[in-house]
Amino acid sequence: MKNKFLIILLIFFLSFCFFVLYKSLNSSGIYVPEKKEARDLPEFVSTELFSNKKISSKEIFRGSNFYILNIWASWCAPCRAEHPQLIELSKNSSIKVIGLNYKDNPKNAKKFLNELGNPFSTTIVDTNGIISIEFGGYGIPETFLINKDKKIIKSFIGNLTRDSLKEISLIIK
Amino acid sequence: MIPNFIGYYSLIFGLASSVIIFILSLKSYKIKIIDKKIFSLSFLQFFFVLTSFFSLVICFVISDFSNETVFNNSHSNKPIFYKISGTWGNHEGSLLLWLLVLTLFLFLFLIYSKDEVKRYRILTLVFQQVIIIGFFLFVLITSNPFNYLFPKPVEGLGLNPILQDPALAIHPPILYIGYVGASIIFSSSLAATVENYISKSWAKNIKIWILVSWIFLTVGIMLGSIWAYYELGWGGFWFWDPVENVSLMPWICLTALLHCILVLEKRDFLKTWTIILSIATFTLSMCGTFLVRSGILNSVHTFANDPSRGIFILSFLFFLVIMSLVIFFTFYQEKKEDYQKIYFLSKEVSILINNWFLMYFLSVILIGTLYPIFLEVISNQKISVGPPFYNKLIVPFLIFFMLFMSIGPNFRWIKETNIKNKFQLILFFFLSMFLSLIFLEKIGRTDLFNSLLLVASLHLVFITIKDFFSKKIHNFSKKISHFGFSLLILSILLNGIMSSEITMNLKVGDSFNFGKEKIFFKSLKNNKINNYQSITGHFIVVDDKKNIYEFEPELRIYDQPEVVTSEADIKTDLFGDKFLVINKIKGDEYFNVRYQIKPFMIWIWISTLLLVIGGSISLYKRYYEK
Repeated sequence: MKNKFLIILLIFFLSFCFFVLYKSLNSSGIYVPEKKEARDLPEFVSTELFSNKKISSKEIFRGSNFYILNIWASWCAPCRAEHPQLIELSKNSSIKVIGLNYKDNPKNAKKFLNELGNPFSTTIVDTNGIISIEFGGYGIPETFLINKDKKIIKSFIGNLTRDSLKEISLIIK
Repeated sequence: MIPNFIGYYSLIFGLASSVIIFILSLKSYKIKIIDKKIFSLSFLQFFFVLTSFFSLVICFVISDFSNETVFNNSHSNKPIFYKISGTWGNHEGSLLLWLLVLTLFLFLFLIYSKDEVKRYRILTLVFQQVIIIGFFLFVLITSNPFNYLFPKPVEGLGLNPILQDPALAIHPPILYIGYVGASIIFSSSLAATVENYISKSWAKNIKIWILVSWIFLTVGIMLGSIWAYYELGWGGFWFWDPVENVSLMPWICLTALLHCILVLEKRDFLKTWTIILSIATFTLSMCGTFLVRSGILNSVHTFANDPSRGIFILSFLFFLVIMSLVIFFTFYQEKKEDYQKIYFLSKEVSILINNWFLMYFLSVILIGTLYPIFLEVISNQKISVGPPFYNKLIVPFLIFFMLFMSIGPNFRWIKETNIKNKFQLILFFFLSMFLSLIFLEKIGRTDLFNSLLLVASLHLVFITIKDFFSKKIHNFSKKISHFGFSLLILSILLNGIMSSEITMNLKVGDSFNFGKEKIFFKSLKNNKINNYQSITGHFIVVDDKKNIYEFEPELRIYDQPEVVTSEADIKTDLFGDKFLVINKIKGDEYFNVRYQIKPFMIWIWISTLLLVIGGSISLYKRYYEK
């Protein structure tokens, strides 16, 4: 009796495993990003890069129509490439540009910003990468466009290009 | 052209001989006499696969681009060594290698099992032949290495330059020998279940195969880790990457089996557990092949992504699992005398406890590896499981595991009346507590887990060293392996808590201070070598004792296909490695420079080698005892 129960349980378990693995085989696009548009912002508390003060997500996302959150690091080469685009975005008064410094050495991060200019009104530190995970980040660089209601309305994977700037300006118009 | 055809047709002949062997051995099983033809046929089968494999090697050596595999994975500019290793650096070739080792092992098994029960031998042959036929079909249907291209392309597409590394050239074959060895264990334990032959003498014989696969698996994992450390330039040796986990899981299972088979050999129990472990080891090896080859796990190791291949291995894997479960439940009989009285303080119980710990570690890694796949299918969420998960779940138990390992192995069989050397155990424990306290205070790291782990591993090191001097226990191979294991954990731990690194963007002429050291970026050289362009930086590191180290890290820009790799420059001595690697920042005279100090790196490899030496001594003794 006990044996029979065990066998049935095993069969169920095996068929379940087979089903799951079979499904995962067919979903071939492995790193295709999910739609994370129109999703609520995660709440978090972190430190600010320059002032070293604790800062919460509520304080950061306040008082602007649109926000850009850019995940970057000084060790990331494409981040250098997209920097001019971020500087340009920071000139737009209806957007608040926020930097999320991902798994980086603060000293290098500050040097990077001093060297290339600082487009960020606030730079938050994500030493162990947890905030990026909460945002649903896939890697760096990655940029999120967030609206007044604190919903993520668009995400850009990889470095921002001229075309992404055009797209952003269309959305916020 | 000609080797291509020879290779293809010998594969087909190989499949034909496998089918004949399968039928013949079923017949011999019925009439209980081994047909002599089986031996010559299994040699022939091995010979065909060998011919096929060598034809592929020749295709690679002469750069015959009418062969699709060669076209996709080689280039006439590759050095000859990497042309040859390119044979198994790709999906098709590596499966041919699997097949080669499978047939070789089966042939060796037939030779070395002459004194065993006939029906058990035949049945092992049958099960092994099922696996071999499955792989033949897999190779021929979904991944034929001898696809013919017409018209013949002029030049190949190139071998992945990350794979142009000596450690990696021999890493897959050795890992495969370990995996395939597990297939013999699998077939023979199924055969023994059917024949009701699970006994002391079976344990004695199968232990050789367990040891062989364990040794090769250990070496294979070590080489993979060496490759990751020296070639990938990330400055680590183990990343808990799913593909690494997939090779670690059969290893843990096999280690459990290696200990559990001792109980079966000496005391004739734990039979069910032995069978389950044998099945699990091979299932995990197959699972590893499935996960890596199907492209479900994406990482540096995955090259081939073809869903039809995945479906084939998946179905084959489940066919084998279901077959083994059916056999296990229908044929396995528990005898009354299997239940013997056991005492808590005895070697068999301590081995059982070791198995529990290993199974716990195994399940943590299994969940960490498979959970993201399951989660994605069920809820469409994507997560990645990284080192913090494994560290949090494994470290606390590792402490107890090691404390236990310092006492358990010295127990006697059946019943231990009193624990010997209680005084020494306690003395060493306090000594290691004292030493770790001083050490951690000095480097300023006093968190709970690190301290406890250091105490436990130091204690184990002391106890295992002490065991070398005790005359009572003669098992030298065990002493070496256990000492190797304790040293491995200690060096990984010290490496983990004492490593330091800095990343800077520098241009030629810059310098910076790092702790007690000063690093200068002196100059830059450009060179054109064979199939890549090399950029070599020249760095000088001066430490507080005015010792000067010169570093020449290199960037290689390969042309076929265009890939940039960083060759770290590593200075190794007994106390640690200094590791310097550069990366190019696009359109800039600046280079991204990463400098790391990694203490006791070399001891990680040395202690793994000690594990292997221990295993080899045991194998040597086994072989001559027979």
